[in-house]
Amino acid sequence: MAFLEINNLRKSFGANRVVENFDLAVERGEFISFLGPSGCGKTTTLRMVAGFETPTSGSIRIDGQDVVGLHPSQRKVGMVFQSYALFPNMTVAQNVAFGLKVAKRPSAEIGTRVEEMLKLIKLPALGGRYPYQLSGGQQQRVALARALAIKPRVLLLDEPLSALDAKIRVSLREEIRAVQRQLGITTIYVTHDQEEALSMSDRIVVMNEGRVDQIGTPFEIYNRPRTRFVASFVGTLNILKAKILDPVSGRIAIDDQDVRASRGIPDGRAGDIRTVALRPEAVSLENRVSDRNHLRGVIEEVSFLGSVVRIRVQFNGSSISLDTFNNPGLPPPERGAPVTVSFAPEDLLVLEGTEAA
Amino acid sequence: MAQQSGIAVHQPAATRSGLSQVTWAIIGVAPFFLFALLFLILPTGFLFVGSFQDADGNFTLINIANLFQPLILKAYWTSIKVSVISAVLGALVGFFLAYAAVMGGLPRWLRPMVMTFSGVASNFAGVPLAFAFLATLGPTGLVTAFFIEYFDFSIYRAGFRVVSTWGLILAYLYFQIPLMVLILAPALDGLKREWREASAILGASSWQYWRYVALPVLWPSLLGATILLFANAFGAIATAYALTGSLLNLVTIQLYAQIRGDVLHDQNLGYALAFGMIFITGLSNGAYIWLRSRSDRWLR
Amino acid sequence: MKQSKVGPWIAIIIGTLYFVVPLIATFEFSLRMRRGEYSFDSYAIVLADPRFQESFLYSTFQSLATIIVGVLLVVPTAYWIQLRLPRLRGIVEFLTLLPLVIPAICLVFGYLRLYNSSSWLPMTGNDTATSVLLMFSYVALSLPYMYRAVDTGMRAIDVRTLTEAAESLGAKWPTILFFVIFPNVRVAILSGAFLTFAIVIGEFTMASLLDRPAFGPYLQLIGANRAYEPPALAIMAFMITWACMGFIQLFGRGARGAAIGTV
Repeated sequence: MAFLEINNLRKSFGANRVVENFDLAVERGEFISFLGPSGCGKTTTLRMVAGFETPTSGSIRIDGQDVVGLHPSQRKVGMVFQSYALFPNMTVAQNVAFGLKVAKRPSAEIGTRVEEMLKLIKLPALGGRYPYQLSGGQQQRVALARALAIKPRVLLLDEPLSALDAKIRVSLREEIRAVQRQLGITTIYVTHDQEEALSMSDRIVVMNEGRVDQIGTPFEIYNRPRTRFVASFVGTLNILKAKILDPVSGRIAIDDQDVRASRGIPDGRAGDIRTVALRPEAVSLENRVSDRNHLRGVIEEVSFLGSVVRIRVQFNGSSISLDTFNNPGLPPPERGAPVTVSFAPEDLLVLEGTEAA
Repeated sequence: MAQQSGIAVHQPAATRSGLSQVTWAIIGVAPFFLFALLFLILPTGFLFVGSFQDADGNFTLINIANLFQPLILKAYWTSIKVSVISAVLGALVGFFLAYAAVMGGLPRWLRPMVMTFSGVASNFAGVPLAFAFLATLGPTGLVTAFFIEYFDFSIYRAGFRVVSTWGLILAYLYFQIPLMVLILAPALDGLKREWREASAILGASSWQYWRYVALPVLWPSLLGATILLFANAFGAIATAYALTGSLLNLVTIQLYAQIRGDVLHDQNLGYALAFGMIFITGLSNGAYIWLRSRSDRWLR
Repeated sequence: MKQSKVGPWIAIIIGTLYFVVPLIATFEFSLRMRRGEYSFDSYAIVLADPRFQESFLYSTFQSLATIIVGVLLVVPTAYWIQLRLPRLRGIVEFLTLLPLVIPAICLVFGYLRLYNSSSWLPMTGNDTATSVLLMFSYVALSLPYMYRAVDTGMRAIDVRTLTEAAESLGAKWPTILFFVIFPNVRVAILSGAFLTFAIVIGEFTMASLLDRPAFGPYLQLIGANRAYEPPALAIMAFMITWACMGFIQLFGRGARGAAIGTV
């Protein structure tokens, strides 16, 4: 049995269905991200695990124990908030000690533990400072220490890095992941930033409008997105419309040019319009290999971004963005020049859901 | 370059008439400063100076010393007593009301109603308030009659008088409580919901949250507001004049009589009386400002 | 997280009782004039009393004058402070808070000694001059609220940019002040105006010591001599205050709460 089991979780506010049919099994020590845009239900789900929202139906089990009926203070769960939520009237040390103090642990034990935690977050000297004297990044680390001090069974983080500068976000997320690995604590991390989710998680739950679109490892989510939403939300993507010519062999037409998918399209029929997706890094200007797909078009725009050159190629009705590495020996192509691009059939993602013509 | 494009470089320092813009601004605020001088600073300064002068205009401390005569001391004491009690009671009740309205989890429309009513009630003071309390708790008042008729209990037989110190305190609460609610509501808003949630998830009970987080964060605001309530009651006169007349020996009543007809037979003592009042209210407001700045620093 | 709502509801109920019962009692008392039955006789008598009409009119007039003078003082000041003299902001705010610190009775004491007929700026020589002095007293009383309302309103409209835009279109400062700034702080001014009206109408101390026929002293006089008219007047005063507050809410935020000088 998984360490954290969420079964058929549902939450409605009045007639508004905020979370629907949420199922997830988390192993001990796993780092799971809930990823999605604002309003998709990820924070509400997290808050249900914490106990701040009551599910309309469904169950949540931690280590076999059903927690839905328990008050947050009884769940032995740690939480880190987006706004840090450090108690302003207490020093850093007092904040970290708070959970232990209300549990009435002996003061010697509290002292040792606080020291341990401050060392863990690499702020051993700041115990006597007040929150208003700390930077945002430091405050969030203290919040993490405070949550971990009580040795919770599960660690919940609600967009902890959203309020911080970009540079700090990158360094802090590595630190959070390192601490989590070191302690081996089961963690759920809510974010709308796909880079964060991809770089930190063991598995990602992609949510959209209250429903789970896909659960998988970062590799799976990025390379084998199941729905158009997942494909477009995670990473950049070229989205094109294609007409199915032969569903068995996987031949389709993009802007009246024939190309081949790597597999047949079992649930499609000839003449259906489907959405297909291509990662920019899968498309290249290299034309010599013959069993790749080719598309002929005209260069619409060339953006020199430094190490990367982004080229936009225009076809009859659609366009594709492709990225190539900057080559000092080879100047980028001219705008308006005709060009043929190629990609492997395996890189063409045929997405679920038939589109209207 | 600006010259190349032909657009004149903007000269902010001088207008066409030659006066700098700052000079114009100073002229613009002059009426206000003149008003403040004539109607705020000079009168207060006059009282201040007068309380250190004798009848011939020489410097003396005798007026301050004379403040310590029994009649005036009693006046200050009564005023302080009434103000402290109405402030503390007003603060307590006001706190619970504000808490109920802001964080009690009650229907949404309740908070705006409480705030609006507090705005009205905090202005409903002076003579009409005295009438209202006479009509409620006076010998023929509604509540008095209610207790006689339904509980066979006469509050007047038990010794209560609305025209008394306690009657006045009860009347003062009518504007003290709303004032507390108005001051405290924003402070309660400042108690972030996340603090409560963080405290809960760390295992603290409601009581522990209040004891270790909420009250420590709030106490400067609570104390500061109570002090403001004190200063408010201390400087009040109209309600007292209308309700208890000259029965209660309050500083404001004494001063009123003194202004009207020099009952103290000593002009400069009157100034000292007024100065003593300003000293107390000034000190109170100073304490309030200091407490505010402390809590603001924490809650940045 | 579920919280018990019993405590809050009890607080609200007790609060409601304490605040509503006196109003009911006053209203009930005011209806008792005619022996044996409820009637509005006391209201009729009050409204027909020439002294009521006189004093109410006088106070209304005073409040209008106070509002106008107050606005003329406050708006340019707030404007110039915001625009060109930010360093004076601290001292101006201190000055506008002085009427809250210094009790009204002390202020009027100062006025009486400083500006009586034998002083360097006589203002109590005749009735008109004294009325003018009373008006200035009222301006002082309402200053904190008027200033805060207008200052808040100005901060919300980015005065600097509006002024520069108007200047670049050729306007001089009187035009700017009257046609650009004033209209945009109209709402804030209205807030301050209604609070000023509520303060002035009920004010007793200053009017009585300066011996002017205002509404406050009239209320006090009736209270000392009559039985059923005072509660009627109290209800009317309450209605007026409620109406003023209602208008302030209607016109947005700005002034808050207590008119400390009237207590």
